[in-house]
Amino acid sequence: MTGKVITITSGKGGVGKTTTVANLAVALAADGKKVVCIDGDIGLRNLDVVMGLENRIVYDIVDIVEGRCKTRQAMIRDKRLPELFLIPAAQTRDKNAVSPSDMVRLCDELRPDVDWILIDSPAGIERGFRNAIAAADKVLIVTNPEMSAVRDADRVVGLLEAEEKNAPSLIVNRLNPSMVKRGDMLSVDDVYDLLRIDVIGIVPEDENVIVASNKGVPLTIEARSKAGLAFRNIARRLNGEQVPFLELESQGLWERLARLAGRK
Amino acid sequence: MSFFERLTGKKSASSAKERLQLVLIHDRVDITPAVLEALKEELLAVISRHVDIDPSSVHVELATEGRSQRLVADIPIKPVARRRAA
Repeated sequence: MTGKVITITSGKGGVGKTTTVANLAVALAADGKKVVCIDGDIGLRNLDVVMGLENRIVYDIVDIVEGRCKTRQAMIRDKRLPELFLIPAAQTRDKNAVSPSDMVRLCDELRPDVDWILIDSPAGIERGFRNAIAAADKVLIVTNPEMSAVRDADRVVGLLEAEEKNAPSLIVNRLNPSMVKRGDMLSVDDVYDLLRIDVIGIVPEDENVIVASNKGVPLTIEARSKAGLAFRNIARRLNGEQVPFLELESQGLWERLARLAGRK
Repeated sequence: MSFFERLTGKKSASSAKERLQLVLIHDRVDITPAVLEALKEELLAVISRHVDIDPSSVHVELATEGRSQRLVADIPIKPVARRRAA
């Protein structure tokens, strides 16, 4: 096996990076692949709670880097999906405890034994971001159809270009189809026009995302929600499948009736 | 939505897009509108030394093509006949 390293980043905070990592990880692992998630947000760890693994942390990434434990000891196995692991961030350590070369070394160590390594980048464009992209084979940028998120995503694209990384792909998260329809939210086409990078996923705004994180059960595990389906589709695209984007237009009664009539 | 927006039919998403287009160009090239204006003035000064141009019809702007930016200067030259007459 030669694991592929995917880094999920965004520039702006709160756009859904951690949710994306948790759901892609679950979707890939449910497909029988061995997946390791690394929480790169030292000092503000969250991937553990979104995945529902917060009570099982003994060692973290700083313990690995500083040699207090073996890599394997810090990998928490998800009980629901035996091929899914989390390496948590340290919560109380200085965020400079890990360097980009530490991340490259850690990923190189993991690569032979896993299919996917997903790195949850912190917001911002400082050290934690540099760490998160250092080992990336592919970077996914999460954005929301909203001014500041798009602007920050563009900054990140520029930084990746400067680092001569492979071209990143874009996930437009929290799209509200009815707002787009009435012209009060940027559409995916608008966001693409502005950023001009490949769109790999479109995820609708979905209350189930909050419910799932309340329970510590990623959406892709159980609920048949639209967002969960959108994340599963992104995972399939990462595997090289051609999957069409979801039909997100919220349909009015007349449209639905017209559709039904058309089917006859 | 304000009364004016209702009247013109302009939605907030389209103003977001327009505003972002400008913001992104300036973020990407790190040229502020003030710098662009200064650049234009200097460019005009140099060109006027050699060629007769009408400063009011000159356009110097940043344009986007995919993810790359270019500086586009459109500088019409006054026709020779008009120069003689002047």
